[in-house]
Parts: sequence; C-alpha cells; structure tokens
Amino acid sequence: MEKLSTFEYRTIKKVCGPLVFVGGIKDPVYGSLVEIELYDGTRRTGQIIDAGEDIVVIQVFEENIGMDLERTKVRLIEKELRLEVSPQILGRIFDGRAKPKDGLPELIPEKSIPISGSAINPYSRDVPVDFIETGFSAIDGLNTLVRGQKLPIFSLAGLPANKIISQLVKQAEVKGEERFAVVFAGMGIPFREASFFLESFQTSGKMENTVVFLNLAADPVIERLLTPRYALTCAEYLAFDLDFHVLVVLHDMTNYCEALRQISSSKEEIPGRRGYPGYMYTDLASLYERAGRIKKKPGSITQIPILTMPQDDITHPIVDLTGYITEGQIVLSRSLYQKGIYPPIDVLPSLSRLMNQGIGEGKTREDHRQLANQLYATYSHGIDLRKLRDIVGVEALSEMDKKYLKFCDEFEKEFIGQGESRRSIEETLMTGWRLLAEFPTSELRRISRKFLETYLEKLKDWWKWRE
Amino acid sequence: MSGKIIRVNGPIVVAKGLLAKMYDLVRVGEDALWGEVVKIEEDLSFIQVYEDTLGLSVGEEVINTGSPLNVELGPGLISSIFDGIQRPLPLLESLSGFFIPKGVSSFSLSREKRWRFLPQVKSGDTVTEGDILGKVKEKDTFIHYILVPVGISGKVLDIQEGEFSIQDTIATIESEDKNLVPVTMLQRWPVRLPRPIREKLTPDLPLITGQRVLDSLFPLAKGGTAIIPGGFGTGKTVLEQTLAKFSNCDIIIYVGCGERGNEMTSVLHEFPKISDPYTQKPLMDKAILIANTSNMPVAAREASVYVGVTIAEYFRDMGYDVALMADSTSRWAEALREISSRLEEMPAEEGYPPYLATRLSQFYERAGKVKCLGRDGRQGTLTIIGAVSPPGGDFSEPVTQASLRLTGVFWALDTSLAYRRHFPAINWSQSFTLYQENLRKWFKENISSDWELLLGKVRELLQKEEDIQRVAQVVGIEALPEQERIILESCGMIREVFLIQNAFDPIDGFCTFKRQKKLLEIILNFHEFSWNYKEKNLSFEEIINHPLKEEIARLKELKDEDFFSKVEELEKKLE
Repeated sequence: MEKLSTFEYRTIKKVCGPLVFVGGIKDPVYGSLVEIELYDGTRRTGQIIDAGEDIVVIQVFEENIGMDLERTKVRLIEKELRLEVSPQILGRIFDGRAKPKDGLPELIPEKSIPISGSAINPYSRDVPVDFIETGFSAIDGLNTLVRGQKLPIFSLAGLPANKIISQLVKQAEVKGEERFAVVFAGMGIPFREASFFLESFQTSGKMENTVVFLNLAADPVIERLLTPRYALTCAEYLAFDLDFHVLVVLHDMTNYCEALRQISSSKEEIPGRRGYPGYMYTDLASLYERAGRIKKKPGSITQIPILTMPQDDITHPIVDLTGYITEGQIVLSRSLYQKGIYPPIDVLPSLSRLMNQGIGEGKTREDHRQLANQLYATYSHGIDLRKLRDIVGVEALSEMDKKYLKFCDEFEKEFIGQGESRRSIEETLMTGWRLLAEFPTSELRRISRKFLETYLEKLKDWWKWRE
Repeated sequence: MSGKIIRVNGPIVVAKGLLAKMYDLVRVGEDALWGEVVKIEEDLSFIQVYEDTLGLSVGEEVINTGSPLNVELGPGLISSIFDGIQRPLPLLESLSGFFIPKGVSSFSLSREKRWRFLPQVKSGDTVTEGDILGKVKEKDTFIHYILVPVGISGKVLDIQEGEFSIQDTIATIESEDKNLVPVTMLQRWPVRLPRPIREKLTPDLPLITGQRVLDSLFPLAKGGTAIIPGGFGTGKTVLEQTLAKFSNCDIIIYVGCGERGNEMTSVLHEFPKISDPYTQKPLMDKAILIANTSNMPVAAREASVYVGVTIAEYFRDMGYDVALMADSTSRWAEALREISSRLEEMPAEEGYPPYLATRLSQFYERAGKVKCLGRDGRQGTLTIIGAVSPPGGDFSEPVTQASLRLTGVFWALDTSLAYRRHFPAINWSQSFTLYQENLRKWFKENISSDWELLLGKVRELLQKEEDIQRVAQVVGIEALPEQERIILESCGMIREVFLIQNAFDPIDGFCTFKRQKKLLEIILNFHEFSWNYKEKNLSFEEIINHPLKEEIARLKELKDEDFFSKVEELEKKLE
C-alpha cells in the first residue's frame, strides 16, 4: 500500500450530498483515497474525483451525516481502491465494500489488486465458443449462452427473475465440467432478496464455490458504485489467476445506475437522457466488458447482469445502454407470467449474439441453427396472426392460420413453459421438432431438406424411446 | 516545452505554462500518458488524455511534442490491428501482457522488416507530388505503391531497387529550390487533416456487397457514404462485418469504435479464415483493424475514426478502392459529448456539443471518388459506412438526424423485423439511396436494360402490400379480394426468398448479381402466373398452396451449377 502523506487538511469549503469540496490540498492524485475525520472522531472514506490545484472534489462512500466545515479533517491515505484476495476468498460473504459480513476474520491476503481494472487487450481475448447448458429451453435452444459471454436478464418488477437466476446458477453446466465458481454482487437489493440467494446457494451446495458481495438497499448509495467492481476484481482473480470458470451475477443494475445518476446530479453535471449522466455508457462498459476469455488461460468470466426495466420500458436508458454493450439479452414478459408460464421468457426480443459460435455440429447439434430460425419464424408469424385474430375473429382466418395459432399456444406452454424441470439440449431440440412436425414441410422453409428428412424421421424413434 | 498539471478531471487534464498549439500531442505525467491539446485559455492548456488518468497527480510534468497526432503510413499496414491511436495491439501484448498498459510508446510499423522495393522511375526523371516512385509487394495480391510525398516535386537524383526497411532512404529528390529531399517508405500524416487530391468526381460504380436487399434495392456507390442506424439487436455489427467480408474493394478498414471486445476478437479470428470472394485469398490480406473497445479510454475513441480515415485516404491515393466501416459513430459522438461537457462547453441538443454536425460532415466528406495527386490521372475511391446506435432505436436523435443529411444511403434497421429474425433487418419502406441516378448507366450496361423495370415492379408490389395489410388488419385476410391476397402471397415470397439472406450461409451468404436477377425474375414470373390463375384452370386454393412455391423458396439452398438449371426448369413450368 502506497501511503501518500501525513498532512491533515481542515479546509473544507462545501459539502453537498455525498460530495466534499476541499481547498489547498498539495499535489492531489486523481482517484486516490482520503479519510475524513468528523468532530466526534468518526471516520469516513472517500475518493478524489476531481483533482485541482485550488479545489479538490471528494466523493464520500458513506452518508455525510454530522459533517461540518470547521472541525472536519481530511487526510490522504492511499492511491487507489484495492481488493485483497487469496484462494480462501471462496465461500465468503462481504459487504458492498469488501468487508467481511459473515462474522469470520479478514482474509490473509496473498495479493492486493486495484479494483478499477484495466481493459483487456482485444488482441489477447479468445473467442467464447463453449456452450453452457442452462437447462432452460428458451435459453439453450433459442438464445444459447456461451462461456465468456455477458448476457443480461431484463426483468420486470414482480417477475420471478430471482428464481430463474438461482435455478440457472444451480444448473449451469458446461460439457466436460472443470473448476466452476460463482461471484454474486448485490447492489441495493432488499434483505429479503439477499437472503433468498444466500439460502439457495447454501441448499444447492454451491456456497463453498461462491463469493458474495452485498450492498443492501439501506446501505450507502455510493458503495453501490464500488460493489460490482470488487466483485469483478474477485472474478478476474478467480478466472485468470486460479483458472476457474466464473459466473458473475450482478443484481440489480437498475439500482447501480440510479446511484450513478444521484452522484452525477450532486456533482452538477449536465444530465443526459432522463437525467442519467452522458458517460453512463462508458461507465457501464467498464463493468460489462470485464467478461470473457483470455488466450492461453483456461479460466473464463461469464456475466449475468439483472435489470429491472423501469415502467416495463425496454427503451429506458439503463436497459437501452446495457443492450448496446452486452452480447444479447433475455427478456421476461409479464403476459407470459400471468398465463402461468415459467420461465416467462419472451423469446422474440431476446437474443444471444454469441449463439452461432457455441452451437452446431460437435457443440450442440448440426440442425440447431436452422431449427431455431424456424421456431422463431413460425412463432412470430403466429403472434402476428394472434393480433389479427383479436381484431377480426378466428372465423376470418384460414385453416393454416389456425394451425399457427395452435402452434403459438403450444410453443409457449411446452417449449418455453417447461416448469421447474431441467431439460437437456437434446430434449430441447426434440421438443422443438415435435411442435414443428405439425406443419407440412412446405411451411418449414428455414430448414434445409436434408435436416427435415433426418430429424422428422429421428423424431419418431425419439418418442418411442422416451416412452 | 513543458508545463505542470493543475487539474485532473476524468479524461481532461489542465496544464499551466505548456505554450502549446491547438491539437499538439503531449505526454502527461510520470507515466507519459498520451494526450492532445483541445482548448487553450491564457496560459492554461486543456488536454484530452487518451489513457486512463487514475493515479495522475497535480504538479506532475506535461511535455509538448510540438506536433499534432500523426499516423505512420507505409508497407506493413495491411493485416495490422491497432488501438485508437495506432499502437499495434500484438506489440502491446508482448510488452505488457493481456491488459492495456499505460504510457507505452511504440512504433506503429515495424522498423526491422525489410521490403523489396521496385522503382518505377529512373534517376533524372522529374516527379511531382503524388507520382508513383516505386512499388512493394506487400501481400500476394496487394501492391503497395510508394508515392512522392505531398509538397515535394523535382528531379530524382538517386533511386535503387533493393531490400529496404521503411526508414531507409529509397530515393533522393532535388526540389525546385535545389534542396535535397531524402524519401523513405515511411511517411506521416496528421489525422485531422484530409489528404489532398486533385479533384473530386461523381461516384458512378456500385459497391457490390452480395447482399440482395442492398445491391438491388438500395445500392451504394464506390466513393459514397452510407449509414446503418438501428436499435440494439437489429444486426448493425453483423451487417458491417458482412460488408467488410463481401465488398468488392481492394482495402477494408474496420474501426471498432466504443464497441464490444468480444466482437473485435471474433473479427480477428474470422477474417484470416474467410477467403475474399474476389481474390480467394484470406480476407485479412486486405484488412486493417482499429479497435477501441467500449472500456478503453474515451478520448482515444474520438481519435480512432480519424486514424482510420487517414489510413484509408493513404490507400485511396494509390488508386485503390477503399471501404471504411465505422462501428459505431454514435459512440464516437458520445466521446465528443463527454469531452465537451468536461470542457464546460455550452451543450446543444441532448447534451451533444453544437459542433456535432460539423464534425460529422467533416468526417463523411472525406469519402469520395477522386482523381489522385500525381500526373498519371489514376482514380481512387473511399467509401464510408457508419453504424449509428440511436438510443431506444429512436431515429429522431441528433446523431442519426445529422448523419442523415450528409450521407447518400440510409439503410434503416428495424427492430420488429429483427424480432422475427428477418435479417438483414432493413426496412424497405424507410431506407433510401441517392445513388440510383449515378449508377443507372452501370446497371444498364452490366446487368440488363430492364433491371430498373424489374425493381420498379418489386417496389410497387411491396408498396401495395403495405396498403393491403392495413385493410387486412381491419377486415381479416379471408375477407380480402382474391387479387389482393395474391399480392400478399407474392410479397411474402419476395420477403422470404429475396430480402431475407443469411450472411453466415456458405451458399447464400454471398449472392451474385446474376443470381439476384434470376431470383427476382422467377418470383415475378410466379406472381404473373398466379395473377392469371383462372386462365391456367386452377382454383384459388390451388394457387395459394402451389407446390412450386416451396421449390422457389428452396432455390437459395442450391449451388450455382444446380441453381441456374433449376431456375430454367421452374421457368418452363410457369410458361
């Protein structure tokens, strides 16, 4: 740890929200940490976010209750925020600033890593190609997740995103399983949700391979900006130093962005869309881009951020900017949920950009791509007809149209709505084939003749075999 | 010249006593971070720093290099991958590992590598700026011409064939005022200054992309500009990459500006494996990549598009057809916005600086078909294709609107098409091209004289479909007159067979004009056929469910040799 100086300043000019403006600090370092001592001896920490000769702006990580201008002292402590790590970090629970929360003593550090992280050289990255079987047909079959991908879940208030995530963490399997770890970062989540996750990690026996960083809803807002950075630093250590395949869950990014907006407005910055700062894209990218694989390293980081779409709006800046950075999205739907379909994944707006790299012969199956295309085409045509039926009535539709409508219902009920069971990729694909087999092949033009022949034939045996 | 840091605020550093000129390149602090002077106020210089400023202290030194941001130009550019300020990424990795380091200075082009230089002029010849001095075979299929540098003309005193490094003197020119000017293969050019040309010409040749909806309905001319706006998930990046793969250009420059790291990686892995449809050589043999991913420093993102376009101009000046793909110009505009707000400038729309449109037009105007400097009258083209990422997919935002006024082709991507996996998700009623007139002659001479007529029919059908759809929404399809239903069916076919194209399909990914035309003809023939179904003694049901429809739809699966014979067979059946 690099100590900066032992000077103490009592030159606070202004306190405004979480920001403290101090004058006359000698040679301040941008990004360095300071300690603030209140009149009664309480200590707070903060970070320099604007280093000037005359005035320095400090962002304080806790609430500013009890601070005054005259008696408060400011000391510079170290150059940057760091996370201390060792292999014993697995199984531990920390608060939003990486202090133990599980009653156990602090780690004996093996290494101390700056949490701001540096960008991975794009040339040094390796292409994510390993298929992860999540057990959900809507994901595996249509929006495949691969190792090293960042795939967010766009949820809505009141939908069971937590349940899906905890199930996903339990089931996420890569063929030829190696070292697997989970890093969970909770940002501004209520205690209820935090305890749900902790319990689910414990009951599934994953806890010993899990690291948890929790900033609860009542914890200081600014900490929320640090929590994911601690978590990702930990993930990078596990993945690239200890060769783990790490699954990082960031929950909930909406709270993170709101914290960002709050700080920005207290800094009196020019607001962008809906009051969020103009640099939110860059800031989010500095988190989301900390996923992937590195050449010649066996480990990987897969990120699943969770967002609650404010007002169910997919064009909201938080959701929109996330979608522009991440490699696809899984979108949940309120109407499917109300029909009792679990998991309520709306496949039309969902997408996995890395799907093509993780599927096909030798990875999943040769017909996967075409089958997925056909399911999409058929389902979306059915949805169009459904809208039409709502206006003109079912009588005005042709026989073929009715077939599409029936497909739509069955697809939602059976393919997407698999319940809590876990499906293998083989089962997922065959379920898709079974639903499509209702149509004459002239309607299945997204699938080549060769595959149609092979798999419609195979389908017969498959169901015999299953019975 | 040096000064002291007095303030650090994100990517902006203020230094005192630097005595800088605008856009001077400076080294900031102990780590010698790269930066550029963007504002001067009395004795204060405002510097945008291309690297992460965490850990920078007030009081540290700033050194002025005295010259603006340059790129290095010369043999060795092809197949390279650079960061936003032209540092080679493989070299950064070998210097400092898998993460981007700070303050590294490195040459952009190798100083050791030797190239075989073949002179094209003799000692004693008179040359002027832009003339070809000699050539270097940089790749099997690529000749790199060495030009007389801009601003120099005179008599060649000494020029030799041989193996040289890019710093060796390959020729000496005695200028008109009797100065001896040594010429090397390495040349430099400031990125913000367009390279001079003799004259701008009207673009009149199409950029062939093998993508049916682009080539046929909304063609782009070589030397033109196009934008691809679309919300997330509409396939901007895939389309940009497809264009990079299949365009009939000699050089492709791909600028990944503020985009995903994994995307650049997949380009890096794919391009060497894909073969160029025109030369059959690996695509990487004509590509240069510039990668500034979204988590790399913002100021370098701003610089990256200029670095890209300057390299592009350099190859254009040799008389080549160059295409620049910028993905995404919105991230570049956001970088501009961030820097502007840190400089406390007055914001205009949505926080963007008022000079956004000016900067965009300066950028797009660097495209064009030109007569290059030099006396041989050679022509080169530079085509710019910019992706735009409008927030919320809303095209009314400033970057889309400003770009729209500047560019010749607008390929609008549509979220609802993408949701139903209609790719490329180009909305045919919103998109437009302004090059139709310029290209008319080429299409007439090279495709056929009835090409426009054919397209006219397609456009008309698609237009009618829109109107009929509106009625169908109210009354239902079954209630429509039969002729209107036939139009709907035919349009369904146009969409499915012609407009939808899987860029990753080994057969259908690239579609030649010949195939495009055949496909269009057969669809229109079938439309004629079903329009007159009564004459063929068919019932309406029979025509709607006609078996030929599936056969036409499956034409896309066929390789060329089977394709054309199958089309012929189908045409006979339709007679």
